[in-house]
Amino acid sequence: MRKVKFRFSRKAFAYPYMIFLLLFVVVPLVIVLINAFLGDDGKLTFDNFIEFFSDASGGLTVLGNSLIIGLVTTLICLVIGYPVAYFLAKYHASSKIFVLLFILPMWVNFLIRTLSTKAIFMALDIKLGMGTIMFGMVYNYLPYMILPLHTTLVSIDHSYIEAAEDLGADRFTVLWKTVLPLSLSGIVSGVTMTFIPAISTFAISEILSSSKIFLFGDSINMYFSKATNSLGVGSVMSFVMLIIVIIANVLMSLTEKKEEVKSAL
Amino acid sequence: MNENIIELRNINKSYSDKPVVKNLSLTIKRGEFVTLLGPSGCGKTTTLRMIAGFEQPTSGKVYFNGEDITELPPHKRALNTVFQRYALFPHLNVFGNIAYGLKLKFVPNGEPYTDKNGNTVQKMRKLTKAEITDKVNAALKMVDLEDYGHRAVNSLSGGQQQRVAIARALVNEPQVLLLDEPLGALDLKMRKDMQIELMQMHEKLGITFVYVTHDQEEALTMSDKIVVMKDGVIQQIGTPTKIYDEPANAFVADFIGESNILSGVMVKDFCVDISGHKFECVDKGFKRNEPIDVIIRPEDIRIVDKNDKQCLVEAEVLTCVFKGDHYQVTALTYGDERNEIIIHDNVQVNCGDVIGIYIKPFDFHIMHKSRIINTLEGKVYDENIVEFCGGRFDCVTSLPADTSVKITVDFDDVELMDDEEDGTIGATIISAIYKGSYWQYIVRTDDYYDFFVDNDYEWTLNDRVGIKIAPDKIVLEPIVKTEEENKENQDA
Repeated sequence: MRKVKFRFSRKAFAYPYMIFLLLFVVVPLVIVLINAFLGDDGKLTFDNFIEFFSDASGGLTVLGNSLIIGLVTTLICLVIGYPVAYFLAKYHASSKIFVLLFILPMWVNFLIRTLSTKAIFMALDIKLGMGTIMFGMVYNYLPYMILPLHTTLVSIDHSYIEAAEDLGADRFTVLWKTVLPLSLSGIVSGVTMTFIPAISTFAISEILSSSKIFLFGDSINMYFSKATNSLGVGSVMSFVMLIIVIIANVLMSLTEKKEEVKSAL
Repeated sequence: MNENIIELRNINKSYSDKPVVKNLSLTIKRGEFVTLLGPSGCGKTTTLRMIAGFEQPTSGKVYFNGEDITELPPHKRALNTVFQRYALFPHLNVFGNIAYGLKLKFVPNGEPYTDKNGNTVQKMRKLTKAEITDKVNAALKMVDLEDYGHRAVNSLSGGQQQRVAIARALVNEPQVLLLDEPLGALDLKMRKDMQIELMQMHEKLGITFVYVTHDQEEALTMSDKIVVMKDGVIQQIGTPTKIYDEPANAFVADFIGESNILSGVMVKDFCVDISGHKFECVDKGFKRNEPIDVIIRPEDIRIVDKNDKQCLVEAEVLTCVFKGDHYQVTALTYGDERNEIIIHDNVQVNCGDVIGIYIKPFDFHIMHKSRIINTLEGKVYDENIVEFCGGRFDCVTSLPADTSVKITVDFDDVELMDDEEDGTIGATIISAIYKGSYWQYIVRTDDYYDFFVDNDYEWTLNDRVGIKIAPDKIVLEPIVKTEEENKENQDA
């Protein structure tokens, strides 16, 4: 009798995830893509695109707002996060506890965090609006900025800083001309990790503005959840979002590549 | 102008209570090439870093041109450093690295004016682009890297990076150049070339060089003055010839070049006894019959016929190795105690030959012993048990428990155990000097007491050993505290 040999290679371990990926990432994406080209009557059409890009329902404006809010959030996170990461890295003896303090909020579900932020604002009688949204965004995404920055800053060889001091650089110049350029890769990944989720966020703006201000993420959420016949426009918007994220990622990796090339030459 | 450019006065430095530099005083003259020499962990780099300003001394003062700069941050000091691993900025190219300091520099703009209070004020300006380019190119030329300005620093070889690091420091025209083991990462040939180049640069520029190295040959080749350090303490300061010919103690002799270090007794002035043989020497001023260390350089020992009237002592040849320009002979002397000595001479001898040895009186270098007995403090723990260095030793005593005692142990009464567990306490070998017939070790216990140990067996540096002492070899003496000390203790 011939034995049937079952070949079990290490590759097999990857199959469950590949199936998962196929079912829950690739297939939905294809569905979104198809939906984007389907009209209300189920026929192939470009109407959805026309509706979105003509800004008939204000989708394009919302996108613009989202991008601006994303940029501002990232900028604020960088401005707050860099000094924090810098000091955490500089006084690293006691920083483990401090780093923990800064990432501790990440352990709490962001919806719960945002809802409690709203409760605090309400209790303080602060009017919900753009300001509160910005606060919520920065609060949520700051750890994603600090962590990569901290990792990069900690790994900077201290002798570079000493060399700069030795050559006549005061503290500020050391920071500006040596530490900052050496931490560029950390800035790039911090910006990526903040900007991309920030532009696609939803719920934060909805909760912290009492549904008065809609961002792109909220709009997509609305188109899909209203159970109206606007799946098509929602799909177009999802698609646009995806393209923006891809562009952002490519841009970031290009900056990093350029750095690598520069230092390798 | 003051002749001394740098002056260190009573510098102490400790890291979390562990002393690294102990009461160090040193003056460096303008234009000198001074080398801080010592094994790793001797505090030489820490000393350099205190001159550069990266470290603050725990106590003591640093003077630069007679001015106290102890508190001055590094960027305000008129000296530049070449770092051990070069520390070239990876985000700048070679030009950018060298120009870094120039771009931050302020120079007088040449038009002093008188302000309303009548003081002459010198306006300062930054260097222009053209000036910076000229200076950088001149610096690149000086280190033979003229066409390398646009290159990224990571693309350069170790030797080239080294040159960029030197150019980056020198372009700022410092009054003192500090070099922290700059040639450590280079291969032997490159190191030799760079030594010559650095010496030429020093001569040409006329500025002061302070150089840190653990390589004794490098120090002897390059320096005007060598500062030998060990355990944060200066052992000797002197010219290379003086350090080599007249080492201050057994450590310096052993660290600088090869040498025979023997134990002896100073019978009287101009007469030393080594293992029962009396030799004429040129040293005086020792106590009668004081135990001393004698250092004899291998090349100062002459091989003569055993019947020659010059012959001072006979020896049996153990090995004879041809070394190119000389033969290296190891021989065992005859006498009360037989000592193994190394001889460099240009006569070939055979194993087993009996030879005569002649040494000029001038070539016996006699030094005080750094310690003749181990003395430390401890406490009687229990009946016939004494506690010191974190261990409890059996001993013979009638003193009651809790008495503070002074403990003395002879060098050859300290037993070393291969296995740390076999000893009463563990320790690390931090120094090993061969003394002709035995090894003298310094072993450091975990609470930093250094035991001197005479032993026949060989251990290597940094070996962990166990320390055992026979109960009858521990000599105890109660410490009688003065009333004042007692009071202090109570207060504490």
